[in-house]
Amino acid sequence: MQLIDCPWCGPREELEFHYGGQAHVSYPPDPQALTDEQWGHFVFFRDNPKGPFPERWVHGAGCRRWFNAVRDTRTHEFLAVYPIGAARPGVPGGDA
Amino acid sequence: MNRVDGYGRIDRSRTLRFTFDGTVYTGHPGDTLASALLAHGVRVVGSSIKLGRPRGITAAWNDDATGLVQIEEPFPEPMLLASTVELTDGLVAGGVNGQGRLATVADTARYDRRHTHCDTLVVGAGPAGLLAARTAARRGERVVLVDDRREAGGSLAPTDRIDGRAAHRFVADVVAELAGYTDVLHLQRTTAFGHYDDGFVLALQRRTDHLGSDAPGHLSRQRVHRIRARRTVVAAGAHERPVAFADNDRPGIMLASAGREYLLRYGVLVGREVAVFTTDDAAYAAAADLAGAGARVTLFDARTTTPAHWTRACTDTGVTVRAGTVVTGTEAGPDGAVTAVRTGPAPGGDPAGGTTTPCDTLLVSGGWTPAAHLFSHIRGTLVFDDALGAFRPGGAVAGTEVIGAANGTLDLAGCLAEGAGAQAPSVAPEPERVPTLVTWWTPGDPARQFVDLARDATVADITRALDAGMRSVEHVKRYTTIGTAHDQGRTSGMIAAGITAELLGRSAGDLGTTTFRPPYVPVAFGALAGRERGDLFDPVRTTAVHPWHVAHGAVFEDVGQWKRPRYFPRPGEDMDTAVLRECAAARRDVAIMDGSTLGKIDVQGPDAGEFLDRVYTNMMSSLRVGRVRYGVMCGNDGMVGDDGTVLRLAEDHYLLTTTTGGAATVLGHLEDWLQTEWPHLRVHLTSVTEHWAVFPVVGPRSRELLRQVFPDLDASNDAFGFMSWQDTALDGVPVRLARISFSGELAYEVNVDSRYGLALWERLVAAGAHLGITPYGTETMHVLRAEKGFPIIGQDTDGTVTPHDLGMSWVVSAKKDDFVGKRSFARPENNDPQRKHLVGLLPTDAATRLPEGAQIVEFAADGTLPPPPVPMLGHITSSYLSAELDRPFALALVKGGRARIGEVVHVPHEGSLVAAEITGHVLVDPEGARRDG
Amino acid sequence: MTAETRPLRPAHPLESWEPAFAALTREVAAQGGDLVLEPAPQARATDLRLDPAGPARPAVAAALGAGLPTHPNTWTATDDGEIVWLGPDEWLVTSRYARPDAAEPALRPLVAGHGGAAVDVTGQRVALRLRGRLARELLALGCALDLHPSAFPGGHCAQTLLGQAGVLLLALGDGDDYLIHVRSSFAGYLAEWLLDAATEFRGAAPAAGT
Repeated sequence: MQLIDCPWCGPREELEFHYGGQAHVSYPPDPQALTDEQWGHFVFFRDNPKGPFPERWVHGAGCRRWFNAVRDTRTHEFLAVYPIGAARPGVPGGDA
Repeated sequence: MNRVDGYGRIDRSRTLRFTFDGTVYTGHPGDTLASALLAHGVRVVGSSIKLGRPRGITAAWNDDATGLVQIEEPFPEPMLLASTVELTDGLVAGGVNGQGRLATVADTARYDRRHTHCDTLVVGAGPAGLLAARTAARRGERVVLVDDRREAGGSLAPTDRIDGRAAHRFVADVVAELAGYTDVLHLQRTTAFGHYDDGFVLALQRRTDHLGSDAPGHLSRQRVHRIRARRTVVAAGAHERPVAFADNDRPGIMLASAGREYLLRYGVLVGREVAVFTTDDAAYAAAADLAGAGARVTLFDARTTTPAHWTRACTDTGVTVRAGTVVTGTEAGPDGAVTAVRTGPAPGGDPAGGTTTPCDTLLVSGGWTPAAHLFSHIRGTLVFDDALGAFRPGGAVAGTEVIGAANGTLDLAGCLAEGAGAQAPSVAPEPERVPTLVTWWTPGDPARQFVDLARDATVADITRALDAGMRSVEHVKRYTTIGTAHDQGRTSGMIAAGITAELLGRSAGDLGTTTFRPPYVPVAFGALAGRERGDLFDPVRTTAVHPWHVAHGAVFEDVGQWKRPRYFPRPGEDMDTAVLRECAAARRDVAIMDGSTLGKIDVQGPDAGEFLDRVYTNMMSSLRVGRVRYGVMCGNDGMVGDDGTVLRLAEDHYLLTTTTGGAATVLGHLEDWLQTEWPHLRVHLTSVTEHWAVFPVVGPRSRELLRQVFPDLDASNDAFGFMSWQDTALDGVPVRLARISFSGELAYEVNVDSRYGLALWERLVAAGAHLGITPYGTETMHVLRAEKGFPIIGQDTDGTVTPHDLGMSWVVSAKKDDFVGKRSFARPENNDPQRKHLVGLLPTDAATRLPEGAQIVEFAADGTLPPPPVPMLGHITSSYLSAELDRPFALALVKGGRARIGEVVHVPHEGSLVAAEITGHVLVDPEGARRDG
Repeated sequence: MTAETRPLRPAHPLESWEPAFAALTREVAAQGGDLVLEPAPQARATDLRLDPAGPARPAVAAALGAGLPTHPNTWTATDDGEIVWLGPDEWLVTSRYARPDAAEPALRPLVAGHGGAAVDVTGQRVALRLRGRLARELLALGCALDLHPSAFPGGHCAQTLLGQAGVLLLALGDGDDYLIHVRSSFAGYLAEWLLDAATEFRGAAPAAGT
């Protein structure tokens, strides 16, 4: 049972959280202007790197707040948590 | 009887009776089943799983590979180790021949879990662990100390001395000191079995097993401690390693340390004619102790140089020591137990050393393997130590330390120092050691050299794996199954890796070891389930009216975690009869249901309308205050995710409903958009699902009922039109009424603060008695809505269905520039005329109720199934009997369904093909004439 | 009086559990234990949203007679209830005497003009009071948080899981007095869970080492 460090509530067990997929995939400003391929890419395609990966998480059983995190997909270790809207922080071993 | 007076830490003043394989024996408190059996000379306890060879007890604790027993009393349990079962009065057990047998009755014992937090967790209360715990406690830390044995002290012997007194006195002093600290939790009979991220350790405490049938029912039998530690100290000791030789699996062959432990801990002398085969110093202590207790002992040491001190100690007690000699095989008597050992010269030993020596017991020691499992569980790196002939902790893992024998430190002074540093107590210097001669196997028939006794896997099996091309220990493990039994390779893992390396001509360190994974010992499913069984398996959610439903005989169905009345049968009614009656009441008189489980979300803020426009497919900002609108939410992929109604309470204030099952998901979905994409929108969302009790009151006479109950209300159609809401009050309690219909009938939803829900429900039911008010459940609700073609999200949809597929293009706004899902509606895939559409389906015999989930197939001209693959047109999503239509009907998703209306398709059902006609999906009152009453 | 004319009165979802709670307290006391489980009196509850750095906060504090706690996972007392931190811009305001000035209609005007919100959630949750020397031990059987008084002293709170139910847990004292808010629909489950967990304390205390 991993701990995830909610930026508001502090470390809590992972089952209080929900995963929200890759972070920094913004909703396109004008979806109607995209080709089908571009739109399909936005809706259906996500990165799947081995190593540090920026992700969205929500503390569903706690304060209900979304936040971003960089997690190492090899070890599951959370390398950083940071607010929605903030730039991805540099992390040791990160390849950002 | 093999008990020896003057030995052991058992209570000989009391006698326990137990039964094994039908024979009654006696033992004493402090015994294990294994020690008590050995005391009676029982050496064969079962037979092996694959080859059916007789097997006995090979160890004194959880490193026993073979001593499996089936417990019958106090409760049936399969495949426990006799060496870890504490003896209790009345215990009934038998040997396992092949496989164990699960209980056929429910386990009535309690199991639970407890969360524990500490600064330092110490695993193992041997000398190193005890002192590590004491050191942390003296620093004022919160400490947890767990140890899997009955009492602390690890493998200390009565003759060991620490700090100038008997080791056990020293241990008792430390235990007493620890007991004096408020924030120290010291648990014996507690096995740490898994080590996970962030200092998380699972430990199984056997709380009442040792009390047998006297175990009090109010205490959990076993408890899983979920320990969160800032720092974990692994002091779990080491496992003695066997050596593989021909016929090394016979009863009477056990680890040398086990032979010594049975004598010192249990007062049991395991044999009178004892052979000892060792490659290491430690077995000399066993040989000397057993000889001192009266056994005739011959020790064979693979090394040509023997340790001077220990050789003297042995010869002083009459032990014959034969250096440079290895055991190459054994002989057995009629019962399969060992009767003699065959020995031969070790490399460099006397070539004429081959001989046969009679014995009733053979003790084996191939050196020691650190019990570093808890270090390996969290990806701690193990490195091969040539001197140990074993893997030991290598690299560091933050927050975890490994000390004592688990770290490869085998001398007592070293263990004490690793536990207490400068505060370590004094011990006498140890005699000089002769290095271990790392020996995995001796010459002999590889098909008879057992590596994993529990799996009947031999050296020949490893050879076969290598011949088949396996090169990694992980592959060899899976091919041979070595290390996959109850002991997870505790004794076999290292020699399997060593033999594999040698056969491949590589070094053991180079080849590496398999990864240790939790659990370290078998853990009962009951313990893992804890109290989450029966009624507590999953939370049961109930509404304010639940007690009424129970009192009125509702048959419930589970909707998510909710208990919802499915129907309210009258005496003698089955579900069909009850539902037909409830449906008829809703369409002809008045009926009421408890809709409180609907999800409800309060939406407030100046941008609330804008926000809802973005998440619903239709327009919500144009909804007037006082009005209600049905809405559908889609995902980015354009597929329907949820639906419900939206009430506009004020310019900046809405109330949404969601499906019962979708409440949490929808709130999460909305918060996601709001917090991560549109944080600039001034909107706040609050769940009010349980704040509001909601009762749909349905039927032509519903208006009459509401007029009667709420006298202040103008319920006329002009004043209170369809899809509008009004506030009123009853006895000063605010009540909100909304004209919403999920049945096509004149209907209202009555909303009240859920604290008043039961009282208001009772008021409505009592007031409606003269109108024939009928409570109805989800089944009737489903029929009524299906007759009107209203889909249930999650039943008629499955995440691949668009609003257009449902025939609800009208709910998709063409005016809005964008909303979630809009862009996907333009994808070619979503405009394929062959997409599945929701349609009605009427079995042409007007009698067959088609099963939900049934496939709809193209049929051959002769009315039979075409040859496979049979083209599938779709499937049935809803199917009911209709009181209104007086026939069964169904809804279905059918390829190009709207273009096929009027066609007859076929549904395989109970071995035949049932013909059914595709119709529009609104079967009752398609003109909507009834909704205004 | 018939059901048709009986005045509407609020019901407590845990009313029917009170005898079982009382029996538990008695049985535990008979073993020398100290554990009291009881339904907390119902309180008017309002979910309040506002920008803690914005202008609405002082007005709300003045109306409630107590400041809004801004430190996560803490609560402050009012004359007849609590203001509980739920999130960086969210609080739960409770009032046992249903003070009008602590309710949605009074609070919304104070915050609505500043982008805030106030929602009546009185029926959304119910609360249980759990106190006594064994209270913390009981919670440890299903709550993963560190509730040691050094980590969770009086004045702290947490939204977390107890058993499988989401709860809002308030420390009223240092390790021996808690208020547990739970969503009304989960109240029966949680009551049953707590009573079952407390089975441990109904019989003779375990011998040392168990």
